[in-house]
Amino acid sequence: MIKKTGQYGGARAEILRRVRAAVAGAPPVTVPRDYHFTRPDIDLVELFIERLTDYKARVHRGEEAIATCLDGVSRLAVPAGIPRRWLSAYQGQVLTEPLTTETLDTVDAVLTGCALAIAETGTLVLDAGPDQGTRALTLIPDHHICVVRREQIVGGVPEAVRRLNPTRPLTWISGPSATSDIELNRVEGVHGPRRLDVVLVE
Amino acid sequence: MNPPNPLIGTRPFPEAAATELRNPQLRANLTHATHTIRNKRSRVVGEVPDWEQLRETGRAIKADVLRRLPELLEQFEAAATAAGATVHWARDAAEACALIARIIHATGHREVVKVKSMATQEIGLNEALEAEGIAAYETDLAELIVQLADDTPSHILVPAIHYNRSQIRDIFLRRMSDVDPSLSDQPAELAEAARKHLRRRFLNAKVAISGANFAIAETGTLVVVESEGNGRMCLTLPETLISVVGIEKILPTFNDLEVFLQLLPRSSTGERMNPYTSMWTGVTPGDGPQNVHIVLIDNGRTATLADEVGRQALACIRCSACLNVCPVYERTGGHAYGSVYPGPIGAILSPQLTGVARNSSLPFASSLCGACYDVCPVKINIPEVLVHLRQEYVNDKRDQTSAERAAMRALAWVMRDSRRWSTALRAARTGGGVLASVLRRPRVRHMPWPLSAWTSSRDAPLPAQETFREWWARRERNGGEER
Repeated sequence: MIKKTGQYGGARAEILRRVRAAVAGAPPVTVPRDYHFTRPDIDLVELFIERLTDYKARVHRGEEAIATCLDGVSRLAVPAGIPRRWLSAYQGQVLTEPLTTETLDTVDAVLTGCALAIAETGTLVLDAGPDQGTRALTLIPDHHICVVRREQIVGGVPEAVRRLNPTRPLTWISGPSATSDIELNRVEGVHGPRRLDVVLVE
Repeated sequence: MNPPNPLIGTRPFPEAAATELRNPQLRANLTHATHTIRNKRSRVVGEVPDWEQLRETGRAIKADVLRRLPELLEQFEAAATAAGATVHWARDAAEACALIARIIHATGHREVVKVKSMATQEIGLNEALEAEGIAAYETDLAELIVQLADDTPSHILVPAIHYNRSQIRDIFLRRMSDVDPSLSDQPAELAEAARKHLRRRFLNAKVAISGANFAIAETGTLVVVESEGNGRMCLTLPETLISVVGIEKILPTFNDLEVFLQLLPRSSTGERMNPYTSMWTGVTPGDGPQNVHIVLIDNGRTATLADEVGRQALACIRCSACLNVCPVYERTGGHAYGSVYPGPIGAILSPQLTGVARNSSLPFASSLCGACYDVCPVKINIPEVLVHLRQEYVNDKRDQTSAERAAMRALAWVMRDSRRWSTALRAARTGGGVLASVLRRPRVRHMPWPLSAWTSSRDAPLPAQETFREWWARRERNGGEER
């Protein structure tokens, strides 16, 4: 007896057949690309700070500000590849990845770097690099401190997309967790970190 | 008995709308919410100098995708499979639900957390899973509100748009067992209550179900755009992730996201960027779900694709900007449409997914004002498709007799001959004059059947005291002078 290939085997062939029949003879489409790939000469750092502040993220300048952000944090989660000097002034307990979900739920804050940042939209992009860790690391703690180097800031979305590696898990973060579900007004603070500190360094 | 189809209302639009219009609270809530979001959208769209170029590129990319869909679907399947995902295909809602239930049963778990997804709403997944003994928990705030209230969504982006803050507080107090009884109606407190309510469920979740905003053919990457972090929780913490994706969600390349990640957030929540966007490609060892499934669904999309005019509805990126500017949606709300896709886009998408004959009132649920077309980030010409679907509906009935058709035929006979036409106008004027003096106003509110079809939703004006032709003839007699 011939073994059945399963129901969805038939579905795949049928859907593809229907799609081919539906679009047969459709004319080719030319996709124009005349939108802006870069932003005009503007101060990216100033724009980035303005846009972050708009989302109610807190912005600090200089590596020494990390210590200020860590004030009152007694348990801190960090990825394995974080520069050690970021923690030079820190007195509390440091928990380094790998960390379980349960452990992450008990820390006060998480400190990471980022892959890049977008000035125009006030966005941080994480790609799970060594100084950023797993996706859960920056999700479960209620307070995220993210260090951004000046050269990581790009102007707009096209510049960011073209620098990223799509095979890595990517998380784009624009301000603290928020919702627009109540009367369509943005309210900060739902499931993700409710406090976002961004430290800009040279 | 078959479960109700999430794309078809139990009553035709005009009937359902008449009920909704009698709810002043609903109208107040909708007016407030749609006007808030409209203003936000136009502010952030106004600051993008190349918005029109982005819209045109967005439209063209989507048109190109539809034309090349067979090869792009196969490319997506190959890339996602190579990255460790299992790709499934489903012809219709029943097949998709059965497939998803099988995947969940294989994990041995009976609870799933869900990221807001229109595709799963469209196939009635929650109800189907419940019948299989699987509990599906919505985690998006608005979906949670709707689920707790045993209600149905009324908006694509904000399914609970029909509730205001104090109604939401009342639902929480009534249905959340763990809520503080002194909960106020401050949005921040309501968000905090949702956070507490779902926290344990997220941290213990083993299976999650999501949709996807975009599926990248080149890389097999899926993209979910969200605000609250419930999406990240579902996409990151469970062992098993099942993503339900309409076949039209494909984009050819990763770089195409540079267009859509500008168009979508500004059009939907009126933000420069939504708080969280997640992108993942198959399985990443040691990070996120290790058992990753993607279910590609047709469910009427290939039939829609076969219609040269109507297929543009498949370009929709579910931003809901068209709902927020629609004068009809603003007054009736989403429930009147009877479909999980309400508003202008729903009026062209729902009938095409189900077949126009089964959803024939929706193409008429519009004043054809065109505001939807102006705001659409991918330039779907909604009025054009509405008129096209109306025509299709009428064509289907062309060989049937109807009062309207008989009246039109009689009118055509009268208008073909100038003498007949003048006589008819004189008779109408005389009759109208009599009626006007009885009614003491120049319009009729209710006419007898079959003309009642016209006056059920509008007044009929009475003929003028003098026809244009009579006025013209009198003017000529007076040597071109008015008197």
